Amino acid sequence: MLCLGIESTAHTFGIGIVDEKGNILSNEKDVYKPKVGGIHPKECTEHHLNVANDVLKKSLETAKINLNDIDIISFSQGPGIPGVLRIGAVFSRALALKLKKPLFGVNHCIAHIEIGKLLTHSIDPVTLYVSGGNTQVIAFTEGKYRIFGETQDIGIGNALDKLARELGFEHPGGPKIEEYAKSGNYINFSYVVKGMDLSFSGILTEAKKKIKNHSINDICYSFQETCFAMLTEVTERAVAHTDKNEVLLTGGVAANKRLQEMLSIMCKERGAKFYVVPQEFAGDNGAMIAWTGMLMYKYNPHGMKIYETKINRFWRTDEVDIPWIS
Amino acid sequence: MDILKHGAEAILYLKKYENEIILFKERISKGYRIQILDYKIRTERTSHEAKLMISARKNNINVPKIFFIDKEKFIIGMEFIKGERIKEYLLNCTEFEAKRIGEEIGKIAGKLHASGIIHGDLTTSNMILSGEKIFIIDFGLGFFSKRYEDMATDLMVLKEAITSVHFKYLNTLWENIIKGYSLENKEYKNVLDTLKKIEMRGRYIKRE
Repeated sequence: MLCLGIESTAHTFGIGIVDEKGNILSNEKDVYKPKVGGIHPKECTEHHLNVANDVLKKSLETAKINLNDIDIISFSQGPGIPGVLRIGAVFSRALALKLKKPLFGVNHCIAHIEIGKLLTHSIDPVTLYVSGGNTQVIAFTEGKYRIFGETQDIGIGNALDKLARELGFEHPGGPKIEEYAKSGNYINFSYVVKGMDLSFSGILTEAKKKIKNHSINDICYSFQETCFAMLTEVTERAVAHTDKNEVLLTGGVAANKRLQEMLSIMCKERGAKFYVVPQEFAGDNGAMIAWTGMLMYKYNPHGMKIYETKINRFWRTDEVDIPWIS
Repeated sequence: MDILKHGAEAILYLKKYENEIILFKERISKGYRIQILDYKIRTERTSHEAKLMISARKNNINVPKIFFIDKEKFIIGMEFIKGERIKEYLLNCTEFEAKRIGEEIGKIAGKLHASGIIHGDLTTSNMILSGEKIFIIDFGLGFFSKRYEDMATDLMVLKEAITSVHFKYLNTLWENIIKGYSLENKEYKNVLDTLKKIEMRGRYIKRE
């Protein structure tokens, strides 16, 4: 049994193929890189449209299969940028109708968690999902993945990208900020934790104002230390609140070694296990959509009706029923 | 020393002093934070928390009595409130009881805000049912403010906590929280309007 999954919510157009045991046969992607600034929705949509066929071809080649070997099709139905979401939706509908195979719209955030669990063998973690658009602390209770804390404004990845642009770094700026943050002196930043929620936009403004009077190292170091301490604190609060003993880190920002280190220290101090999703599968990818499609298929072998596959740009993590976890 | 609870930021333990059992709340160092930030957060939260609790008590809100503050060790020594956390109580109670508890929670939030106190972590884990009274604890993320925005954010934390843990009686609870809140905070209309605006600002909310 093979599921082909299409990721198309933001920068990444990705197609992955997995089998029912969770073996990943292929995970190909093509990432849109804006010439200036952040994602330009129209350019990004065009990019995905242009690369879709090639990514599909590559994905099939890597998996050493033909299109007819595919049994299930899935795609990222939301949340994401509408035009970009539509590329994945239309592409997968066409495939499903052509091949006469069941089709599943997958929640992008949940796909991140499911592929993370698959690859790290964690069972019931508190997940910190940190990417450009999303920053959520999620844990499973009573049939749903519930959000225990999230950003009230911009995602941490977005905050890092914006700071990087102010500092003149190219996209993606996160790795460069991480590099500069390796040495530096701490300058005072607001520390904004509201209950379990976070806010980064104020700290970003502070950082922009401080660029004039402080070294790049000091800015990067202090920004990371402050924001990551906030993320770690909120994750720890969710762990304490839910009494779970695993923490899973995923999303594009999961690649940051300092964030990994902070969470791993927190887990050690609490006696919890810490897992990081391997980088290839922490950022947006098709394999995670394929694997989640596979999980959905087991509970709904006929798939979704075409009219149920409309994109859902604001789809929240806690709106999705999760029948595959008992 | 028996640790009563290993919370996200503090450990709680009891010590007997003369005839009184005192609850020690000690903000422990977090290895993941750099020292300067760790020290800043622990110092600020210890002293803020004490100030807020004293102020809440003056405004007739049920909070534990403070016996002493040790700023160097980040410890607050306070009265030990015996009882059940509202979080557990709500998981096993009837809808009728949830109604009453909801209204009481709302009243506490209303009184706090009317006194210019923002709790900062209004969750059912931080409320203890002791006899007939509900005590509110853990002011570690609290601050003083009269802004509607801050009051509304406080309520949003409460709403989220209820949504994530007490979804069974969610509507009953929330309706009665608002009822209780409106009784105690005469600015409730402005606060609830602001709450709506904040919710719309949230991520992935369907905008009509």
